[in-house]
Amino acid sequence: MSRQPLDAAQIHALVVERFPAVTLERSENAQPWLKAPADGFLDLARFLKDDPRLAYDSLMCLSGVDLATFNLPPAKPVPPPKPGAAPVPPKPAEPIKPVEPSLACVYLLHSLVHRHRLMVKVLVDRNAGVVPSVESVWGVAGYFEREIFDLLGVGFAGHHDLRRIMTPEDWTGHPLRKDYVYPTRYNGVELRRAGQRFEDGPYAGNAP
Amino acid sequence: MAECGSKAGNRDGEQLALTCVDDFLNWGKENSLFYLLFATACCGIELMQTGGPRFDTDRLGMIPRPTPRQADLMILAGTITHKMASRAHLLWKQMAEPRWVVSMGSCANAGGPFSKYSYSVLNGMDKFLPVDVYIPGCPPRPEALIDGCMALRERVRRFRALGIRDRDPVVIASASPAPVCGDQGFKPQRPEGQG
Ligand code: SF4
Repeated sequence: MSRQPLDAAQIHALVVERFPAVTLERSENAQPWLKAPADGFLDLARFLKDDPRLAYDSLMCLSGVDLATFNLPPAKPVPPPKPGAAPVPPKPAEPIKPVEPSLACVYLLHSLVHRHRLMVKVLVDRNAGVVPSVESVWGVAGYFEREIFDLLGVGFAGHHDLRRIMTPEDWTGHPLRKDYVYPTRYNGVELRRAGQRFEDGPYAGNAP
Repeated sequence: MAECGSKAGNRDGEQLALTCVDDFLNWGKENSLFYLLFATACCGIELMQTGGPRFDTDRLGMIPRPTPRQADLMILAGTITHKMASRAHLLWKQMAEPRWVVSMGSCANAGGPFSKYSYSVLNGMDKFLPVDVYIPGCPPRPEALIDGCMALRERVRRFRALGIRDRDPVVIASASPAPVCGDQGFKPQRPEGQG
């Protein structure tokens, strides 16, 4: 098979013939990516891998993103604490602003045949969102999907063994979600940030 | 061996060494502190350096062992997360008595740079294991680790039969001021009913 790298528009044109719901998007730095719906994503993955013009035979990375934004006020300089003064407790932050659907799975694909790359994003619903597992297409996806399941709580339909992988088996919640509330105790140990959220931390009220 | 004496010559002109059993056993123990290969983060790099030819723990009789069954000493080198803590505790339970624990670096002592804002890091492995020697630093230099091992040898020398050992852990003072990481309020402690 000869080497024929395609650009994003050509790839999109090929994909859209079979999957009309897939759109071509550009991010701020002009990096193009394909936005795909979760329904029928497994067929799209198979197509991306098996079509000889695309031949995406390697899944370089599969990561999850929480797209919700913090409602934080604009950054302002913090005056240095006066010597001897009691430390100022951080202000509790505003609740996060949910966007819908607010989780995303980002697939970075690479073709060793044509040496072209592709980013595909699948947006997922925050509550009980499920994406088809692409483990049967790229075997390596199994571990990535477990990680996303563990840290962001995205379900993967058809995964052979969807368990937590990073946090302990009996951990509660999904720590990389922006609305994650830190647990109070674990294994008999009081946790330092009991009941807080990420935004209540060091940058509270002063986020960039 | 404090109480060791040597008498020149009995009838056949043989040399005779007298000591107490504890001293003799401890002399053997302190010169063969085999340590478990257990490194969980960046402090492990310093542990490897200490085992390497320049600092060379072998000359203290400290040889790394790949299994807890053959190890006398557990050097907690690196960050201990809540998930790792249960594994570390299991490994410690698999070691034969008398067993010793050295906590190396701010992370294993008190959570280190993660103590304040991380959800996943345990603030000090001494919540689960009886630590004998704390070595501050992020990471401690190999000299500090050797220092800690020498302090541990002192403790081993005072070990008595029936498992009587020093209760208060040793905190090694480092040559350079140890980085204060967060407001962890580091206080050596011993877990309930262990060690
Ligand atoms: S104390 Fe410092 S060097 Fe050691 S494991 Fe923790 S962060 Fe790494």
